[in-house]
Amino acid sequence: MRIVVASGKGGTGKTTIATSLALIASEQESVRLMDCDVEAPNARLFLDPSLDSHKVVGILIPQVDESLCNYCGKCAQVCQFHAIAVIGKKILVFPELCHGCGSCTLVCPERAITEHLNVLGVLERGQAVHDIEFAQGTMKIGEPMAVPIIRELKKWAPVVLPTIEIRDAPPGASCPVVETIRGADFALLVTEPTPFGLHDLKQVVAIARELGIPAGVVINRDGIGDNAVELYCSENNLPILMRIPMERRIAVAIASGELLVEAAPEFRQAFQDMYESITTEVKI
Amino acid sequence: MKLAISISGKTLDSPFDARFGRATAFCIVDSVSGEWQAFDNPAISASGGAGVQAAQFVASQGVQAVISGAFGPNAYDTLAAADIEMYIAPRDQTQSAAEILKLLKDGKLTQVEAATNKGHHGENR
Repeated sequence: MRIVVASGKGGTGKTTIATSLALIASEQESVRLMDCDVEAPNARLFLDPSLDSHKVVGILIPQVDESLCNYCGKCAQVCQFHAIAVIGKKILVFPELCHGCGSCTLVCPERAITEHLNVLGVLERGQAVHDIEFAQGTMKIGEPMAVPIIRELKKWAPVVLPTIEIRDAPPGASCPVVETIRGADFALLVTEPTPFGLHDLKQVVAIARELGIPAGVVINRDGIGDNAVELYCSENNLPILMRIPMERRIAVAIASGELLVEAAPEFRQAFQDMYESITTEVKI
Repeated sequence: MKLAISISGKTLDSPFDARFGRATAFCIVDSVSGEWQAFDNPAISASGGAGVQAAQFVASQGVQAVISGAFGPNAYDTLAAADIEMYIAPRDQTQSAAEILKLLKDGKLTQVEAATNKGHHGENR
């Protein structure tokens, strides 16, 4: 079973929830946690993994042999991202625009295009605390494209497949979030009861619904803001699976790298109940 | 000389559009005869690489110079590959394509030798 922890708004507590859920689930099942926030992965700060296995990932970008090219321009016409341009007797490749689809290579009648790896980031994995299998992707600084790294991370399966896979999603509601949610069995959406939290929650709910994935909500920093998130959830049949109050001691513990359920064990039951609700929902 | 001016409408009186890749339209004008024609910018709703696409378009129209408010790195590289000169007009004033053309003839526009900004690719993603 694959559970994605997403939020929309950044800083609502995705990693806080994902890591504690991983710990609770690991007491019953084998668990893998994947940090898919490749622009700023930070779940390792809570799970202390060994990260002893590495893999460089990227996309295949075109390389043109100008001695074979007849400047027909078919490669530039087929490219939806304008990553290759033919200007008179010159050909330009823009690696940061390329999505690695390979269309230019396919349509080239002169077979003048070969592909080479453009490195976008690195994947790492290893054993974390409580026998949690951990994996993360890290995007190379200056690269704009996160999706290929997330796609490779999802494919980079360990030798023994765990029963439960938990994906810690990036913030926002754009392509990297869609790629992280795609293929999951349940979307756990962490929000805060503020207009900003609600605004972004709606966007991620729309993504989950579009992909046909059941969703539930965690309200973090409960007690601040207003009740608009609650109203929205009840109007849209979104179960509120857990609430975490706004408390300074929780913030202090998270800021020092402690797992929520270890720093505040009174939340263990709530996490167990939420885990049960999710497994029941997915099995139905 | 045949040149392209980025504009926000389809006539010579249309206000200047300071964006290149995402300009509404291009006015392509012959600076000697004064003949002109306006074209919709095919790159206006490109999902990416608008600068490259717009540059390929103006190059395909056979222009020798382009006037806009800014040129990103990809637009610059593509236009430079086509040996097209690039000029910058002030982006803070609402001027028509005709007024911009006069500024060029009076030698009041700056020719650029490098990209003027870092490009917008990857923003808001």
